[in-house]
Amino acid sequence: MKLVFEKSVPGRRAVRIAPTNVPKINIRSDLLRQKPANLPELSELDVVRHFTELSRRNFGVDNNFYPLGSCTMKYNPKVAEHIASYPGFADLHPLLPQLRMGGMLTQGALRVLHEIDLLLREITGMAEFTMQPLAGAHGELTGMMIMAAYHREQGNKKTTILIPDSAHGTNPASAAIAGYSVVSIPSNDSGVMDIEAVRQHLNDDVAGLMLTCPNTLGIFNPHVKDICDLIHSVDGLTYYDGANLNAIVGKARPGDFGFDIVHLNLHKTFATPHGGGGPGAGPVGVKKKLVPFLPVSVVIKRNDGTYALQYDRPKSIGYIAPFYGNFGVVLKAYVYILMLGKEGLCRVAENAVLNANYVKERLKGHYRLAFDRLCKHECVFTISERMAQNGIHAVDIAKALIDKGFHPPTVYFPTIVKDAMMIEPTETESKETLDSFIDAMIEIAEQAENEPEKLKTTPTTAVVCRPNETIAAKNLNIAYL
Amino acid sequence: MPFISNTPQQQEQMLAEIGLTMDELFDDVPRELMAEAFDLPRGLSEQETRNRLMELAEKNATHLTCFLGGGFYDHFIPAAVHSIVSRSEFYTAYTPYQPELSQGVLQATYEYQSMICRLTEMEVANASLYDGGTALYEAMMMALRITDRNKVIVDDSVNPIYRVMIHSYTQNLKIELEQTHCEDGLTNRDQILQIIDDKTAAVIVQNPNFFGCIDEFSDIAEAAHDKGSLLIVSSYPVSLGILKTPAAMGADIVTGEGQSLGIPMSFGGPYLGFMASAKQYVRKMPGRIAGETLDMSGQKAYVLTLQTREQHIRRDKATSNICSNEALCALTALVYLSLLGTQGLRETAQLCADKAKYAYKRLTAIPGVEPHFRGKWFFNEFVLDLPYEAADVIARLIEKRFAAGFPLGRYYDGMENSILISVTEKRTKQEIGMLAEALESVL
Ligand SMILES: Cc1ncc(COP(=O)(O)O)c(C=O)c1O
Repeated sequence: MKLVFEKSVPGRRAVRIAPTNVPKINIRSDLLRQKPANLPELSELDVVRHFTELSRRNFGVDNNFYPLGSCTMKYNPKVAEHIASYPGFADLHPLLPQLRMGGMLTQGALRVLHEIDLLLREITGMAEFTMQPLAGAHGELTGMMIMAAYHREQGNKKTTILIPDSAHGTNPASAAIAGYSVVSIPSNDSGVMDIEAVRQHLNDDVAGLMLTCPNTLGIFNPHVKDICDLIHSVDGLTYYDGANLNAIVGKARPGDFGFDIVHLNLHKTFATPHGGGGPGAGPVGVKKKLVPFLPVSVVIKRNDGTYALQYDRPKSIGYIAPFYGNFGVVLKAYVYILMLGKEGLCRVAENAVLNANYVKERLKGHYRLAFDRLCKHECVFTISERMAQNGIHAVDIAKALIDKGFHPPTVYFPTIVKDAMMIEPTETESKETLDSFIDAMIEIAEQAENEPEKLKTTPTTAVVCRPNETIAAKNLNIAYL
Repeated sequence: MPFISNTPQQQEQMLAEIGLTMDELFDDVPRELMAEAFDLPRGLSEQETRNRLMELAEKNATHLTCFLGGGFYDHFIPAAVHSIVSRSEFYTAYTPYQPELSQGVLQATYEYQSMICRLTEMEVANASLYDGGTALYEAMMMALRITDRNKVIVDDSVNPIYRVMIHSYTQNLKIELEQTHCEDGLTNRDQILQIIDDKTAAVIVQNPNFFGCIDEFSDIAEAAHDKGSLLIVSSYPVSLGILKTPAAMGADIVTGEGQSLGIPMSFGGPYLGFMASAKQYVRKMPGRIAGETLDMSGQKAYVLTLQTREQHIRRDKATSNICSNEALCALTALVYLSLLGTQGLRETAQLCADKAKYAYKRLTAIPGVEPHFRGKWFFNEFVLDLPYEAADVIARLIEKRFAAGFPLGRYYDGMENSILISVTEKRTKQEIGMLAEALESVL
């Protein structure tokens, strides 16, 4: 398919700019660009057709089942999109509340930010949230900065963060860019971080721990509370990566496990769309002793019932985002929580876990389970021995699924499982959808064991087949100029 | 239950098939860690939800005529932009890890990167960062990696919001931040030239700067390069429709806030951080990058490339921790720029400058209103000195239905009477005239 630039016809226009009767000014020529920007010249219809064609070469949750593990690809309610486009939200300038008395101009928006904070506190068992982090990883960095600020205040000289080897890559990356060195803790035979291993690595240098629970294998660590206690015994802080909260939301609360800091991925558990890779939102909640360190500004409710921004927090880590977070995303999550309510929220984890265990049980005779035990919101398979002997890898199973009309699971992650295939069905999927996915997986398993060559050339129905990543990196072409 | 497809009967059937009860599904969570109850409200129907949220939306003041900018602007957005980016194949997709099912997003990302390169005249660009502020912080970190130095110079004409963000991020790191002070509306080159040395990783400047003044950084670029330092320029993409590009001034890394490219103001986000650089630095860049390649049958295709820079492979050695970015906002910017085209963007930028100049003339004709910086070229924003505290004047203009500007005293000592006024192509001559009348009436 041609690039938008290749469709350009000189002189063609889509948007006509409103005429004006103010005088044209001539800015000094050495301040001006020499050549025009060379953007495509197209009609509105050209542009609409181009992007409609691109959209047809893409696959979203609305197309079909998208069991991408660790990403919680649940259905994104349309009403949330609708509400986010209300002019009262979409056209609101972020600097308005910073004007004198300006808070009164944005009471509705401030109330949304305040109320979702209260709701998330209750859902997680934390004392207060900031909505500012712009994605999960940004929440992790914010959390690490809060840890650092806490230890500075305590006069602690701590340098390391403990992170299990099954952790998402953002965990070690966030700890490192916050100035910490990372100690990787191996998982044990049951697939979780070993409490003995934690004990071995425990010393006064340990600033804290980052843990995902259930972890990226979908396994809940039964010793999570003891692990938190151990970290606290050296005045370390515990960080909960809430990317997998969907497994326990409405059932259990990370605050009760002993975590001091949590981030949530609103674009996972709280049903906001992923947008082809973003935007997300990664609110961070903390226990009471860490509240003073939260980023400014903070939304508060005054005694008279009005809402305001508070900046006077001397211990705050400061500004980590330009304003109040990805407000448009936070708003959609707020809508989702309001609609679920108490009864709906409890059903989320139940059905997410039921769907995952159903898929796990029905597929376990056909693929090898990395850990054959009760799982939470996702399960991790690997290929059978026979498949391996046939030269089949996770990628082949994934590509074959595309021909069956499904998005593949996450493959090759977590890295501690060879040929990992991580399946997360989410609670929004129906039994019929799961059954047809399971049937497809079984058919593919049979092919992988008996006619492996056929899988090597899949997918055959997609617009391209197995693009070569080595060529892309070697003959680097990342812009059409 | 809302958004759960399976009926209770189906749930029972599935439980029976796997031989467990709903409670047993949580047997692996220690009893004492299960929550007893949640104190949450009852769920609302769609109708109730929409009514409640409409009420809240109406409590936000969108009736004000907006002359508020400060890096975040009320530009006109063609209807086709929202219509296109609302296609759910785009917005309900995840990161394009499976290229066969993601050619749409991948090609769009490649086109977006090309668009950013064309705008800035830089050689390479990434797929997006969170916002203009985190993009500037990432550029700083990138410069530290490239030069293996730890000193950074920032002029205080760079957006103060971005400067405080950079300050927060460096609290726990061994980075020496030095700030120079803009006196006459332009970046303080004398001070920069004085303090730049062979420990300096980068000089950070902005164009047009926070006061709206247009600068030319070739001299600073030369001085930086002489010392082996990099020049980082934060820029306003709409202005690049007419203004000299960062590349033409010798910038090494360019970042900016892409909100002005068709993205609604949405009370501060989601926005779009863009980043471009010279090609030699691409392997030090943060964030995803889409690249062209060939598929098994030799067809052109797009994939994520240079992934060994990223956290999912390099973990604590990655160039950044970013994973989710602002893909849909990048798509929005791409669609906006495709609709405007070369001419449309140039006209938009020129109109911003024309209308701002017109507003400047109208407003400075009011007795007691004086320009703060004299004889400086500005793009679509300018600073005026008022006879009283600007915050107070602005508050009074709100009663007359104007968001008249931003009080600079909030961020700059001694500028309590100064107001930053922004004019986009969306403001009409009539609105500008009405603002002038309103301002005169409250002084
Ligand atoms: C376990 C885990 N942690 C953290 C993240 C990072 O979240 P984000 O992509 O929002 O930065 C992810 C996202 O995939 C994840 O799965």
